[in-house]
Amino acid sequence: MLVIKCPFCGERDQTEFTCHGEAHIARPENPDELTDEQWGDYIFFRQNIKGYQYERWSHDHGCGRWFNALRNSVTDQFVDTYKIGEEKPAIPSDEGK
Amino acid sequence: MSQSNRIKTGGRIDRNKPVSFTFDGKTFQGFEGDTLASALLANNVHLMGRSFKYHRPRGVLSAGSEEPNAIVTIGSGKRSDPNTRATVVEMFDGLEASSQNCWPSLNFDIGGINNKLSRFFPAGFYYKTFMWPKSMWMKYEEIIRASAGMGVAPEEGDPDTYAVKHEYCDVLIAGGGPAGLSAALTAGRTGARVILIDEQNEFGGSLLSDHGAEIDGKPAMDWVDAALAELKEMEEVTILNRTAVIGYFDHNFITAMEKITDHLGPQDSNDTPRQRFWKIRAKQVVLASGSFERPMLFGDNDRPGVMLASAVRTYINRYGVLPGKDMVVFTNNDSAYKTALDAFANGGRVEIVDTRVDPKGPLVEQARSLDITIHTNAAIVGTKGYRRLKGVEVMELNEAGDGVKGTKFHIGCDVVAMSSGWNPAVNLFSQARGKLRYDEELTSFVPDHCQWDNYSVGSCNGTFTLEGALSEGLEAGLKAAQAAGFGEGQSVPATPSAPEVEHGDMRTLWYIPMDRPLARGKKHFHEFQNDSTVADIHLAAREGYISVEHLKRYTTTGMGTDQGKTSNVNAIAIMAQIRGVSIPQVGTTTFRPPFVPVTFGAIAGHDVEDLFLQARKTPMHSAHDRNGAIYEDVGDWKRPYYFPKAGEDMHAAVQRECKAVRDSVGIMDGSTLGKLDIQGKDASRLLNLLYTNAWSKLAPGKCRYGLMCNEHGMVFDDGVTTCIGENHYHMTTTTGGAGRVANWIEEWIQTEYPDWDVYATSVTEQWAVSILNGPKSRKVLEKLVDIDLSAEAFPFMAMKECHIAGVPARIYRISFTGELSYEINVPARYGLHVWDALLEAGEEFDICQYGTETMHVLRAEKGFIIAGQDTDGSVTPMDLDMDWIVSKKKGDFLGRRSFTRTDTARTDRKQLVGVLTEDPNVVLMEGAHLVRELKDKPPMDMLGHVTSSYMSPNCGRSIAMALIRDGKNLKGQSFMVPTMSGKAHKVTITDPIFFDKENKRIDGEPS
Repeated sequence: MLVIKCPFCGERDQTEFTCHGEAHIARPENPDELTDEQWGDYIFFRQNIKGYQYERWSHDHGCGRWFNALRNSVTDQFVDTYKIGEEKPAIPSDEGK
Repeated sequence: MSQSNRIKTGGRIDRNKPVSFTFDGKTFQGFEGDTLASALLANNVHLMGRSFKYHRPRGVLSAGSEEPNAIVTIGSGKRSDPNTRATVVEMFDGLEASSQNCWPSLNFDIGGINNKLSRFFPAGFYYKTFMWPKSMWMKYEEIIRASAGMGVAPEEGDPDTYAVKHEYCDVLIAGGGPAGLSAALTAGRTGARVILIDEQNEFGGSLLSDHGAEIDGKPAMDWVDAALAELKEMEEVTILNRTAVIGYFDHNFITAMEKITDHLGPQDSNDTPRQRFWKIRAKQVVLASGSFERPMLFGDNDRPGVMLASAVRTYINRYGVLPGKDMVVFTNNDSAYKTALDAFANGGRVEIVDTRVDPKGPLVEQARSLDITIHTNAAIVGTKGYRRLKGVEVMELNEAGDGVKGTKFHIGCDVVAMSSGWNPAVNLFSQARGKLRYDEELTSFVPDHCQWDNYSVGSCNGTFTLEGALSEGLEAGLKAAQAAGFGEGQSVPATPSAPEVEHGDMRTLWYIPMDRPLARGKKHFHEFQNDSTVADIHLAAREGYISVEHLKRYTTTGMGTDQGKTSNVNAIAIMAQIRGVSIPQVGTTTFRPPFVPVTFGAIAGHDVEDLFLQARKTPMHSAHDRNGAIYEDVGDWKRPYYFPKAGEDMHAAVQRECKAVRDSVGIMDGSTLGKLDIQGKDASRLLNLLYTNAWSKLAPGKCRYGLMCNEHGMVFDDGVTTCIGENHYHMTTTTGGAGRVANWIEEWIQTEYPDWDVYATSVTEQWAVSILNGPKSRKVLEKLVDIDLSAEAFPFMAMKECHIAGVPARIYRISFTGELSYEINVPARYGLHVWDALLEAGEEFDICQYGTETMHVLRAEKGFIIAGQDTDGSVTPMDLDMDWIVSKKKGDFLGRRSFTRTDTARTDRKQLVGVLTEDPNVVLMEGAHLVRELKDKPPMDMLGHVTSSYMSPNCGRSIAMALIRDGKNLKGQSFMVPTMSGKAHKVTITDPIFFDKENKRIDGEPS
């Protein structure tokens, strides 16, 4: 069971959190202007990277806040967590392989 | 004769405390300090179990937690504990043990016929034989499970209590042998919080069995006692014996099972838990988990009496038991010579069979000096005896070690002590994602690197000398404590001296050849519990199962309760040999928790019975109890399902309730509905985003129904939202969807629109809701409130704040039945008071309490959907024929763009329709399929399925709703619904509104 650092509460057990997949996907401002394919990309397609990826998490059984994280999907280790709207941290040079 | 194998003196048993115990009903004597295995061996009982597949007689192989053979049931009745290893069961007076997997008895097991038929039971036998015909698999499985079973789980409830404890520490040390104790000393001395764990009753690990071992010139156990005494004085050190570390998870999360009263036998009182499950988060972990000896793989190496050499030594030195008088030690290394010497010293007749051509070194010389016969360059090729070993056949090895030569000769013996080298116990390290490295010299896998903070020390790290173990432990303990922030500047103390004799080289033969082809007449078991043989590995390779993961599953090696502790490396090495690749190229499977079997009781801990799952109850629950409600679980809620009167079954009660509501007035508890209080300048903006319809112009005091879609355009919840005042709304959701909707709102306002001024707060439990329904609702309510209830003053879809029975209330005039209805919300603490007041006021109108089933029938009569029952995440508002609720004007909202996607815009999607059976008395099964054309057997063209189906007393017939492909265009047409029993019902597709199509009843009776 991982230890995850909530940017609001500090380190807590994984069981308090939910992962919501890829982060930094903005909702299109004018959906009507998108083709079906572009809209499909937004609602269905995710990168699912083997290695470092940016993810959205929420601290459901804690403060209830959503935040972003940079995590290695191979080792499950977190590089960092950060608040919504904050600059995303850089991907470490080993690329998570 | 009693305890004929007991040595006169010595061992760590308490000879002043004799105990008696039973095995398969027969009474034996032993001593406190014995294990069940050592006490049985003392009585010269070797036969302790039958094997899994061939039902072969099996004796004890080991003296520890790796035991694959001696699997027994302890206790009886509700306290019976199946699949327990006799080698780890501590003896107490009155212990009751029985053998498993044999019938009618251990001595004569009819399943032993499988052994005679074993040519027909190769690896993969079940997969190959029982997969055809496919439909029979369920039947086969039943019989296979029954005949290939392990112990039988008790059928009654467990009378014992169990505990769970959460703990945090700086350094956790798994294993209390010389390496673990050393680590505990240096870590503990820094003041760090240390937890030292060992699965045995006593600390000392290998030293408990190592007669003659010395540390600093004194018996090694003196050093152990001194170390323990020092540790016990340290305030921050927790010492746990009889506790097995069973799981090592991410971020050094460790689980362990402590046996608290198992060694005392059944307890009269439940004041002390039987076992405790530990969940520990450690900053640093030191693994000192020791090693397992490898068995020799020779023909019929499974006969009772064939044991690991180290186990024989443990029985001699620790338990004072010489397992047999005539012993053959079969080895490829020097360590087994210690067993030979100890057996000899205790009066055993010993011969040694050594695979090495020219074994040398002090231990070999010592054996020679005692005139112990050593057969070099030799191997056991077969055994004699069935229920007990009677002798071995020995031959000379060829140069390559892959064949034998010369003449076979026989040695009479009742015990073989075998050693084929040692495997570090890397199980926990591997569980923690640690990567292993193959060590050519040890011919085994050792820890390489791990992403979590841990240190492997002693023999689990491949360090087999006592001094090496002590030194590694001392260093790792301090390093771990320092990494956790303690002991700055301290240095590692000098390692105590523990001189040992030199060991010569090994000659590893992964399996022992014989004078005929493999598998002819004799079996080389590499995995005892699951009866997997060397020949099975060859078969797996021939059939293409060469990957280690396939090998494991095909031969079932390593899949028993012992998890292949003695067999894994041998199996991998033999596969490498067959494939002609290196052992690391074959690779290892990942070790999984638990390291040793764990009881469900310990895992469940306190979370049983009432504490298993907390039930949510409404403020009116005590009234429902009083009024005879039968409950339905909805999420965690207990909701009244129906309120039967004397003699009524569910059907009768629901039919009566449904009539009563439409004829007069009914009351139900709606407190579980999800409720959200939404406030802020952007509140209506949020509603416009979430719902498909427009919200900007909803006036205070007015209610509106809304559908919520996800971004795929699919309906996922619905409910009524009311404007309470400027920038203030009260939203309701389905009971089951409350949490989902709250999270959905948070997701959008926290991640996408954090600049919006809007807050959503769950108030589900703050409001108690009594719902009146029926034409006489007004007449009941007006007796209790201080406002005008006329349809003009308080119209449909309006909300009034007022007082009811003296307490403040918000009353919503909304309806889920089509009848005049009031949803009366009061602060939760007044819920029971108002409910009782309404029941009393309604008495003159025969007010009827009703539950969720009646609610379902009444809403279905009106064609109202239940999100999650009539929708399933693939249904759009248009599929529900609810285009009217999708705003064309307000601009964007969640899911809107998806409505015009090609697939969503199709006109022949599955759509919600009504379904009426030709026979009005037939109630279709929910989930039943409508087919275009009825055929004798599937496949048939399926149009869709029934989502809701009830007997409606108000319509005088059955009614149903269904999601049907192109349903809107099929209205009026008839189809068939085949049933599970083989019959079929004719149905007609209709509009889904079955009652009061014109909505005439909504205002009820005037007052």
